[in-house]
Amino acid sequence: MSTLTLNAVGATASAQAARLTRRLAAALVMLAAFLGLAAPAAAEVRIDITRGVFEPLPIAISPFAGGNGAQISQVVSADLERSGLFRPLDPRGFLQNPEQLRASEPRFADWRGIGAQALVAGSATQLGDGRLKVDFRLWDVAAGQNMANLSYTATPDSWRRIAHIIADAIYKRLTGEDGYFDTRIVYVAESGPGTNRVKRLAIMDQDGANHQFLTDGRTLVLTPRFSPTTQEITYMSYVNKKPRVYVFNIDTGRQEMLGDFPGMTFAPRFSPDGNRVVMSMADRGNANVYALDLRTRRSTQLSDSPAIDTAPSYSPDGSQIVFESDRGGAQQLYIMNADGSGVKRLSFGQGRYGTPVWSPRGDLIAFTRQQGGQFAVGVIRPDGTGERILTQAYHVEGPTWAPNGRVLMYFKESPGGAGGRSAKLYTIDVTGRNERMVPTPQDASDPAWSPLIP
Amino acid sequence: MRIKYLSIFAAVALLAACDTTPKDGSGAGGAGQMSVRPGSQEDLAQNVGDRVFFGTDRSDLTTEARGTLNRQSQWLKTYPQVTITIEGHADERGTREYNLALGERRANAVKNYLIAQGVQSARVKTISYGKERPAVLGSDDSAWAQNRRGVTMVD
Repeated sequence: MSTLTLNAVGATASAQAARLTRRLAAALVMLAAFLGLAAPAAAEVRIDITRGVFEPLPIAISPFAGGNGAQISQVVSADLERSGLFRPLDPRGFLQNPEQLRASEPRFADWRGIGAQALVAGSATQLGDGRLKVDFRLWDVAAGQNMANLSYTATPDSWRRIAHIIADAIYKRLTGEDGYFDTRIVYVAESGPGTNRVKRLAIMDQDGANHQFLTDGRTLVLTPRFSPTTQEITYMSYVNKKPRVYVFNIDTGRQEMLGDFPGMTFAPRFSPDGNRVVMSMADRGNANVYALDLRTRRSTQLSDSPAIDTAPSYSPDGSQIVFESDRGGAQQLYIMNADGSGVKRLSFGQGRYGTPVWSPRGDLIAFTRQQGGQFAVGVIRPDGTGERILTQAYHVEGPTWAPNGRVLMYFKESPGGAGGRSAKLYTIDVTGRNERMVPTPQDASDPAWSPLIP
Repeated sequence: MRIKYLSIFAAVALLAACDTTPKDGSGAGGAGQMSVRPGSQEDLAQNVGDRVFFGTDRSDLTTEARGTLNRQSQWLKTYPQVTITIEGHADERGTREYNLALGERRANAVKNYLIAQGVQSARVKTISYGKERPAVLGSDDSAWAQNRRGVTMVD
């Protein structure tokens, strides 16, 4: 990741500047669309993802011209298809080829004829300095209008990231919400017999590409979580048979134990500003929630009950923490202020509720529920209303949010026979539609979604 | 209900015994006694019982568990040089973080009982594995009952 130099047209070399330029460019394109408002706004193609009943938008993604253009557009197409919001049309039905689209305006009647509502075309060019330049254009087919016209330049090995960034731009332009394709997943890769599982930290792009293992499997590792601000992961590890919370630096591979606690520390999660890690510490049969300041390395005890208080997760503004506790007799969700004051019970439904995680949008809290021999992943509003189950199975657990708060990932285990059970990662839309397995080379659990890559 | 409960534990005890039976086929108290080193893990497992079992989402000790731990405390008095680590485990029917805390609770329940029986606290450490190290595979009541356990490991 450190070698990446991704530049929007006219931007400086820094990735941050590139991002800003990209945002500005996108904003300008949108502004242009508003200013050139010859057609009424209602005519503009736009996905309304707030409605319950939903038809994926038919979109024609022409294979990009030049070099590895076709590979790039395939990644764009796959991203959009997996979101469940788009239905990419079969390119074999296209009546204009990539070179024709490069040279002239689309023949909108032809694209309308095959049922396309949006059209994407682009091209990949090798620049004189060796870098790869990718242009793409997006049209509203019904209105015959250009909606976006963007260009990215980067080192050739970053072509997949360019594809994800283009998919994010299309997603945002057509849904009005931020995308989530230029992101990564850290998770626990599992192998070996069920009684002695080998567990390794692993990281990959959200579509499963660029997979790599981060640890060698000699030490049991659990529950990795991304830092919102740095290339770091916090997780739990059994180094020297001492289960403690650690921080792993993705760039350097350095691992460091967090804090000096007398008992087991577990269930870590970063604060939204990245300055603290909130976690549980269990000592003498009692687990409480603590926050560790990463700058001063001082810890503060936030909960003090004789119960199991664990799985803490900050609200996006950092002012509150949702966690689970069995203080009422069985696992339920509670919310407290970030200083530990003002504890309120959140969940009152049947069954046991655990692993709460606050949406990056702040509007929902996802959880795992156990009831009647089944596990479920659901969401509830922070005021305790609107509880909904998204998926239910023998065992689903540990939801994590995409940075746009629109898609969740979790793991699903099958019941174990003599041959052992299987564990895989799945994504699902927050509406409960579009459950998809995420490809991993081995069994997989404990996923955590990264923020949008800066 | 009570009868069913006991029968599950009888089955568990039987399976647990099979589990720790050495290759020569002898059961607890049999010829196996001859082949194990006194004061070793094998000695503890075969002649005393190295593990106790818990109810679903429970960390209180059953009558059977207290019996096993009484024997363990006597055995520990016979071998005063032995130090131990109590492993707390949970079955697979819980969330990962909760089961880590539950395993820690169980390990401490065992530790506290042994200390109450006169075992020095400095000889007893605890560790929780949550649901990460089941004793047996399987997704049924019998497997779960065997996996909800506290295991005394000779260091």
